[in-house]
Amino acid sequence: MSDIKNQVRAYIADNFVMGSNAAKFADSDSFLDLHIIDSTGFLELITFLEEKFGIQVEDEEMIPENLDSLDNIEAYVSKKLVKV
Amino acid sequence: MKLTPSVLEIDCAAEVERITKRMIEIVAGEQRRRGVIIALSGGVDSSVSGALAVHAFGPKKVFGLMLPERDSKSSSKDLGQRVAEQFGIAHAVENIGPTLEAIGCYRWRDEAMRRVFPAYADDWKSKIAIAGGTEGRINFFKLIVQSPDGMVQEARLPIQEYLQIVAATNYKQRIRKTVEYFHADRLNYAVIGTPNRLEYDQGFFVKNGDGAADIKPIAHLYKTQVYALARHLGLPEEVCSAMPTTDTYSLQQGQDEFYFSLPYDKMDLALWAHNNGLPAAELASCLGIDQARAEFIYNDIESKRRATAYLHARPALIEPVSQVHA
Repeated sequence: MSDIKNQVRAYIADNFVMGSNAAKFADSDSFLDLHIIDSTGFLELITFLEEKFGIQVEDEEMIPENLDSLDNIEAYVSKKLVKV
Repeated sequence: MKLTPSVLEIDCAAEVERITKRMIEIVAGEQRRRGVIIALSGGVDSSVSGALAVHAFGPKKVFGLMLPERDSKSSSKDLGQRVAEQFGIAHAVENIGPTLEAIGCYRWRDEAMRRVFPAYADDWKSKIAIAGGTEGRINFFKLIVQSPDGMVQEARLPIQEYLQIVAATNYKQRIRKTVEYFHADRLNYAVIGTPNRLEYDQGFFVKNGDGAADIKPIAHLYKTQVYALARHLGLPEEVCSAMPTTDTYSLQQGQDEFYFSLPYDKMDLALWAHNNGLPAAELASCLGIDQARAEFIYNDIESKRRATAYLHARPALIEPVSQVHA
């Protein structure tokens, strides 16, 4: 698993799941569909991504295709880091 | 089935009869209270709820409250008083501004706003606006401020500042409810909650604030239907034609801007269509929008239901206490 995925999975496990359902989500699973993260949670996740990886998440980039699974986040953050 | 605004038409006389009959059964028969408290904001929901209470119990068993603070419009209090006087109910005005000042509502809110706009001061105005959800994005909030010279600035709210501003302004609804329950206890009355169906379904209320009540007589009615009842009940024209606002922030702010993303009449149709299983294409055709946008609206409805489910929930117990039946 990539470093980005590891860090985001750990963040979600520590802050959202907190052991409640053992963090059994696959890299491709939708956080929304599994009810792991709600809209306020996504705002927290965005702050984490911005601080952890030094990126700026633009308003128009706040879409499920960029944020709603570990796979999507890895692809999105990797793309942003190339630009940075 | 074709979606048109006519799906929301109701028989107002029959609906008033049905609601008032149930109000009497609930308040007198189940809750054993002697009357009801209604906080009158001057808006259509509280005005209709107050008028229904008078139809149910008579004016002598209804007590009205106007609860203004620093950021509410003076016209809100005036209109609330007009409704109380029109229906002949005893009422009181209690300014909650000093209580909010003492508890830190404005200080906590402004401190968070200054972290986003450092020049923000007491003579500036502000509001929060929602964005994203109905365009298929994640919902987020913008802070909009206006300096005394009229210059308007806006910025996306980081999560900590957003939560602090909302937590601080939630004091307003919670202090109001505290005052309502003081009078309810004093008179042995029940407290009326005034959410319409959009607010109730989509979680647009403050837990233990305006969400707290003993009876919610219009929670099953779409906002369009509440307006129809307002006209039927003969409420003042300013009430019947007023656009829904939050009356919580110092800049003028519609409910659609703060929370729903759509004007109430369109939001009503979207919620009705979704509740009745109509495909997004039918909503798109009715509202004159493309199908993708209609699907985003449906998704946004579900997303808000999920996010606010805990607002409706009773305190959770580790195990049931079988002797208690509430």
